[in-house]
Amino acid sequence: MKNMIELAKVIRTKNSGPFILTIDIIFKEKEVYEKLKNMNYFSKKFWADLYGIKESDVISVIYFDPVYAVKANIRRKVPSGSPGDTDVYGAQQHAPLLEVKIDV
Amino acid sequence: MFKIYSPTAILGYGFPVQSFYNALEIKPDLVAVDAGSTDPGPYYLGKGISFVDRGATKRDLNYLINMVHKLDIPLFIGSAGGCGSESSVNWTFEIVKEILEENNFHMKVAIIYTDISKDKIKESIINGNIKNLDGSSDIGLEDVEGITNIVAQVGIDPFIEGYKKGVNIIICGRSYDPAPFSALPIHYGYSKGLSLHLGKILECGAIAAEPGSGRDGLIGVLFDDHFEVFPLNENRRCTVTSVAAHTLYEKSDPYFLHGPDGVIDLTATTFTQKDEKTVIVKGSRFIEGKEKWLKVEGAKLVGIRGVFIAGIRDPIMISQIDEILEIQRELVRENFRDIKDDYRIYFHIYGKNGVMGEWERYNGLSHELGLVVEVISKDTDITKMILGYIRSTLLHYGYKGRIATAGNLAFPFSPSEVIWGEVFEFKLYHLIKLDDYEFPIKVVEV
Repeated sequence: MKNMIELAKVIRTKNSGPFILTIDIIFKEKEVYEKLKNMNYFSKKFWADLYGIKESDVISVIYFDPVYAVKANIRRKVPSGSPGDTDVYGAQQHAPLLEVKIDV
Repeated sequence: MFKIYSPTAILGYGFPVQSFYNALEIKPDLVAVDAGSTDPGPYYLGKGISFVDRGATKRDLNYLINMVHKLDIPLFIGSAGGCGSESSVNWTFEIVKEILEENNFHMKVAIIYTDISKDKIKESIINGNIKNLDGSSDIGLEDVEGITNIVAQVGIDPFIEGYKKGVNIIICGRSYDPAPFSALPIHYGYSKGLSLHLGKILECGAIAAEPGSGRDGLIGVLFDDHFEVFPLNENRRCTVTSVAAHTLYEKSDPYFLHGPDGVIDLTATTFTQKDEKTVIVKGSRFIEGKEKWLKVEGAKLVGIRGVFIAGIRDPIMISQIDEILEIQRELVRENFRDIKDDYRIYFHIYGKNGVMGEWERYNGLSHELGLVVEVISKDTDITKMILGYIRSTLLHYGYKGRIATAGNLAFPFSPSEVIWGEVFEFKLYHLIKLDDYEFPIKVVEV
């Protein structure tokens, strides 16, 4: 088991517009990226479990080969800056990913 | 060959002076800068004001105007004043005018307004020429009235129209981030796909470099079949990873970037390292939009926010924090029965789940909690009353097993409460069909 933090060089979240949170993981190694991509490790279910949300709130998961990256887009709890928001820029929602352990 | 200088991620975020002088030596053909974003939230658009300080904006503009004067090249500013409303465009023009007068420069400035009237939005709703965008909710006619400023995000056309009027500076309202960078090279016949992709990279300044920075710049150089991008600061490099990774940044889909002019298609794009700090990009294509749909943005006033901040260090209280706070809601309801629907209370509990709210998976509690109590109501007086009531009630609330009977909260400030001001929310974030719509361009000689 490897910690995500050892496998990835970038793990980040940010708004993509006021209603969507976009999550990026950029892997260090092509082999690890391709293995995880081929097994669709980052399925909608993965993201739903990670954040405790419904799968239908995971809008899309996209793999980006040029930099060995996977991107997930999830619906924000509330729109950016609306009453009840906790993170206007959406920049600090990545921490659960740092805890993930992967068998590669 | 066409050289574009992007000094910084957002006009007013600054840049090292040395980077500026390095750019001056390179003699760019265009200085372009993006001034806007929806990231700081709906408030700034709602109020029609900048999220960047005036003095910081003037500092950057002073350098840039001196450069374009010296090199006799144009300066294009996109999403002027942050949100790009008429008021923020005029705010930017006032700063530009001040700088021109102080330097005794004579220049022609094009001011492009991208505001859209409420009637136009209503007409789009009635005719069905409106689409939800990226998770926005349906909008009805009744929602339009409460919206303050409405802006459309324009593409390259208004910049080209403005430039044709023989101006030195263009100050444009809300614009697609890559537009100020790519409009001129596209006008000169460079590939739309390459120009817009380069614009997408340049609009964030040196964020696409390693190490990345929002207060430093890049140079992009367009050729017929590729472009190159490199940083101005000798301590940064553009790498294949930093440039390609930027394509992911703040975007839902890294292969197809949608904008007002059409779609940038990156499925055939290649990134190659040219030298230690320069990346070559090839193969970015452009898919022309069949119809003209522009994004419109508008924020609606929802109330007045009041806040107090307090620390909690007592472990007996911390262990029951959720229950104690829930009781405060009931006590407020009980005390102010006649206004029960007119306010909202939010407890932000830092040290528990203040950052992630219900998404937080970690169950532990910190040895101290930072409590931010937020009240929003339609009216400043109600906000003050509810907030003050929670402060005094929570301060002296006798929770189960309490030993510290003198007070439950450590306030860092006196006064402990502050009226934070108006609260807005994004209401309009849609596409509307705007065929043959002309955005007004005003040309002013200073």
